[in-house]
Amino acid sequence: MPILSIMILLPLLAGAAMLIWPGSEAARAGAARLAALGTTLTMFVLGIILWLGFDLNIGGFQYRENVALFGTFFSWSLGIDGISLVLIMLSVFLMPICILASWDSIKTRVPEYMAAFLLMEALMIGVFAATDMFLFYVMFEAGLIPMYLIIGIWGGAERIYASYKFFLYTLLGSVLMLLAMMYMVNVAGTTDIPSLMSYDFDPDVQFWLWLAFFASFAVKMPMWPVHTWLPDAHVQAPTAGSVILAGVLLKMGGYGFIRFSLPMFPDASVDLAWVVWGLSMIAVVYTSLVALVQEDMKKLIAYSSVAHMAFVTVGLFGFNQQAIEGSIVVMLSHGLVSGALFLCVGVVYDRLHTREISKYGGVANVMPKYAILFMLFTMASVGLPGTSGFVGEFMVMLGAFQASTWAVFIICTGIILGAAYMLLLYRRVAFGVITNEAVKTMKDLSPREYACLLPIAGAVLWMGVAPNVFIDPVRQPVAQIVARLAAADAPQQRIVDALPAAAPTAEPIEQTEAAE
Amino acid sequence: MLNIIVFLPLLAALIAGLGNRALGNVAAKSVTTGSLFVSAALSWLLFFQVGFGDTSYTQPVFEWFRSGDLVINWALRLDTLTAVMLIVITTVSALVHLYSWGYMAEDPDQPRFFAYLSLFTFAMLMLVTADNLVQMFFGWEGVGLASYLLIGFWYHKPSANAAAIKAFVVNRVGDFGYSLGIFGIFLVFGTTDLSLINETAGEFQGRTFEFLGYQVDILTTLCLLLFVGAMGKSAQLGLHTWLPDAMEGPTPVSALIHAATMVTAGVFMVCRMSPLFEAAPAALTVVTYVGAATALFAATVGTVQTDIKRVIAYSTCSQLGYMFFAAGIGAYGASMFHLTTHAFFKALLFLGAGSVIHAMHHEQDMRYYGGLRKEIPFTFYTMLIGTLAITGVGIVGVFGFAGFYSKDLIIESAFAAGSEAGYVAFAVGVFAALLTSFYSWRLMFLTFWQTPRWNESEHIRHVTHSEDRTGTGGYKPHESPMTMLIPLGVLSVGAVFAGYALYYPFSGEEQGAAFWNGSIAFNVELMAAAHHVPLWVKLASTVAMLTGLAVALVYYIWKPHKPAAFVEQFRSLHAFLMRKWYFDELYHYLFIVPSLWFGRVFWKRGDQGTIDRFGPNGAGWLVERGAGVARRLQSGYLYNYALVMLIGLAAAAAWFLPRAMGGE
Repeated sequence: MPILSIMILLPLLAGAAMLIWPGSEAARAGAARLAALGTTLTMFVLGIILWLGFDLNIGGFQYRENVALFGTFFSWSLGIDGISLVLIMLSVFLMPICILASWDSIKTRVPEYMAAFLLMEALMIGVFAATDMFLFYVMFEAGLIPMYLIIGIWGGAERIYASYKFFLYTLLGSVLMLLAMMYMVNVAGTTDIPSLMSYDFDPDVQFWLWLAFFASFAVKMPMWPVHTWLPDAHVQAPTAGSVILAGVLLKMGGYGFIRFSLPMFPDASVDLAWVVWGLSMIAVVYTSLVALVQEDMKKLIAYSSVAHMAFVTVGLFGFNQQAIEGSIVVMLSHGLVSGALFLCVGVVYDRLHTREISKYGGVANVMPKYAILFMLFTMASVGLPGTSGFVGEFMVMLGAFQASTWAVFIICTGIILGAAYMLLLYRRVAFGVITNEAVKTMKDLSPREYACLLPIAGAVLWMGVAPNVFIDPVRQPVAQIVARLAAADAPQQRIVDALPAAAPTAEPIEQTEAAE
Repeated sequence: MLNIIVFLPLLAALIAGLGNRALGNVAAKSVTTGSLFVSAALSWLLFFQVGFGDTSYTQPVFEWFRSGDLVINWALRLDTLTAVMLIVITTVSALVHLYSWGYMAEDPDQPRFFAYLSLFTFAMLMLVTADNLVQMFFGWEGVGLASYLLIGFWYHKPSANAAAIKAFVVNRVGDFGYSLGIFGIFLVFGTTDLSLINETAGEFQGRTFEFLGYQVDILTTLCLLLFVGAMGKSAQLGLHTWLPDAMEGPTPVSALIHAATMVTAGVFMVCRMSPLFEAAPAALTVVTYVGAATALFAATVGTVQTDIKRVIAYSTCSQLGYMFFAAGIGAYGASMFHLTTHAFFKALLFLGAGSVIHAMHHEQDMRYYGGLRKEIPFTFYTMLIGTLAITGVGIVGVFGFAGFYSKDLIIESAFAAGSEAGYVAFAVGVFAALLTSFYSWRLMFLTFWQTPRWNESEHIRHVTHSEDRTGTGGYKPHESPMTMLIPLGVLSVGAVFAGYALYYPFSGEEQGAAFWNGSIAFNVELMAAAHHVPLWVKLASTVAMLTGLAVALVYYIWKPHKPAAFVEQFRSLHAFLMRKWYFDELYHYLFIVPSLWFGRVFWKRGDQGTIDRFGPNGAGWLVERGAGVARRLQSGYLYNYALVMLIGLAAAAAWFLPRAMGGE
């Protein structure tokens, strides 16, 4: 059974059906909601089937499908390894929650809205499952279209500016990436991603190819200084749009680094790691400080996302098992936690219709259950051990410490600043006495909102207490990447004997995972 | 059994927390308090088995996570050090639970309070039973969370919220060092397992690794990084600023978390890692000096505070300094001894203060107390015992209160250590003992002696409705209910006998080595030397204690107008102490103001003024200049973008694909 193709086509067909479904406006809206929920839940079930049938001991791609479209150079070629698997799971897990979150808050053009989400789901699966480079490219770029639509049509007042900015940034990167892909196909003679992952490009050429891909992935991450589209996009997007944007779309950049930059250009990755470290170090401090002074809840969480993504990039360029696995865990955790935080913002936004932090205060008085969940996600974002946020960041820093103590030293300040801005946000929203009369009338969570938040809360705790089940699938693929990087002489710390005056010829006596 | 001790409080916390109002006050309180008493009883059982038997084991729970050669387990480790911490934590926690029945009786949110208390206890137990540094970090952060929640328990109070955030963030600064320490340890040792690290620490002595671009001594660096974490948790000079503010929390919380248990986590950690620290003498010297500096600093500030809880908070800070310099000179047994006795008498003092506050209608300012000796006699006598214990009253060779044994042992060990740092610590320790005696007796005299000044307090006037600001205003303080007095009584027994009973097991030369059984780096020679210091050394702290008492007597009993005159004469010194050496002000201008300033600059000037201006906006401006089409695009319908995007893609594909294939 071509399960991956089914997972891409099913939401596409369901979305198309919604658009042409006959009937009155209200009837169509109702049908679209139900159909979208049904489809996304089916997708979740398919995802679980995918997971259950997945062989953890194989590092390579599984569930391979291949249909040649344009000769050998553009084929409908699908397959997943463990890294794809966990990201697909994240997507199909968040999707039904997004549909539920939009249940009441989206009132206009509901079928089109739901169709856009289903289209996005199809394209996200496509990105993570494509094993043909051009198929990946099409999915990767097209994945933005439904996002433009969601922001541009159902977004806030400044939606046009936001989607324009989003478009401009990503355009620049994708053109360069496409050029690089053209070149690679010319040299390597294949568009098959697994083959390219073991192809050895000339180190001098790798440099330019790496930069071209970097342009695209850095924007998607987003890394400083190409991050400014994110706060605007988040602020303007409807709640569910923000959830998917933070939850899954931001993961595409990280996925790109793992899939392309690290295995295909290992020499360039090692040589240019300082670029990534440098930008990530700046990002953590800079965006954390910016988050500290935000007045808009969504902007604050958006800036915090940039800081968290910097942990991902440091981890990926930590070049060892712990750091790269940690990066993937951070991606998953951030997908859940920031998604949940945007949902939490959405919950109070639906009641008060403002995202301005100062309009709130004392929410815990009237919404105690909400306050508990919000606290849980705040703590997960802060990286409290026992929540998903800790495991990933810890592994990243522990691993990357062997590659660069400076990078870890600087990004580790993020755990201080992160606590400061998140706790300030929580305090200003939930604690204190109620000053705004409107807050007094706010009702605690509805069953639908519980249905959105509780599954994420469960996942966050599960991943915090026993995360192995989420790490197991990625061990083999990461080990292969690490091996390629080690062959490229990735930097690893070594312990050197002291140089006592009597014996000035001390030799390096121990090397941890040294490549030489 | 260990499983039950540790996880029962978690279960109770979950039941009380999730059940909350549906469960009701009495049920929530019974479940949590009951569980803690069970845990405490079992802990004592284990303590005798382990401390005076030969049991020690590590009990795996399940694997937490693994990655490459990093494997982290949830596991419970039991040895003497753990057993000592177990009895301290569960006993004080159980008593504080019980005490809170009375103290929090009128609070509308009791299930939440008790759930937090039990959650805290669980996290603290996870910390002390940890078998690896990462689980210890879990407990470390867990107690931080509980502390944050409990300091901010009355979340309608802005000052409580601010204090809660401050506690969490300052502790995070410590965690920053602690985390880096863990990363470094994994890098060097390839494990985070405590016993492996302690066993192999010696091999790395004198070797270096690259840290932040420098070749530095491995063990010194790692120990100092870990110690930064300890400084945060245990409120040592520099990272101490959160502790006095934490007094915003309910008083039982101060007794449990900010006196007896959580703040001692740093001391515990240093003792737990003592073989590692022993291999890094330079780091130990730093520990000694920081401890001594804190002991001195906090004691000086404690002498002028007027809030009863803040006096005790600075006292705690100061006593923690003693524990650290004890560890720094290698007297880990003495450090743990003082930790244990301090837990009892400091919890006693805090709960006693709570009883006073309860009697005085939430007034915490000692200036409005006075003459309470006769009104609340039980509280008075128990606090008197606490004061005798902390000031270290006793006669050499006969009997003394708890602090007499533990504090004096620390001071004697410092002298016996014979190093420069040891002598400095000794001198500081003796002087701080004088200050301790002074501020403790000052607290007692202001509260229980002198004439009543109750009606000067706003809180009291609230009840008496009398505008006459002198005297009692007709207010009648009431003794606390039994639930509060019983814990005071039990802790008093500890404050009287703990020192006498535990002196030899904890610090005797042979008994100590047998008791600790390798769970800390017990230094037999140092302990022997400490027991045989010259008589003047043994008497020094007693003389200091008596001097402090005498000064307090003069200033607060015989000539009560003197303090005001003193303040008048040394105005700037008083201000310096009153403002706590200006640490808060310094940090405000050094860290908070610049952080916010940079945040705004990065946001307005950086993101908006530079990146956006020359990035997307600049590009938009160029395009707009270049072609009118762009304007229509910007204001136009969004489908256009999608269309442009698609067409662009298709065009690119159409252009490149044939070429790519052709190039083959």
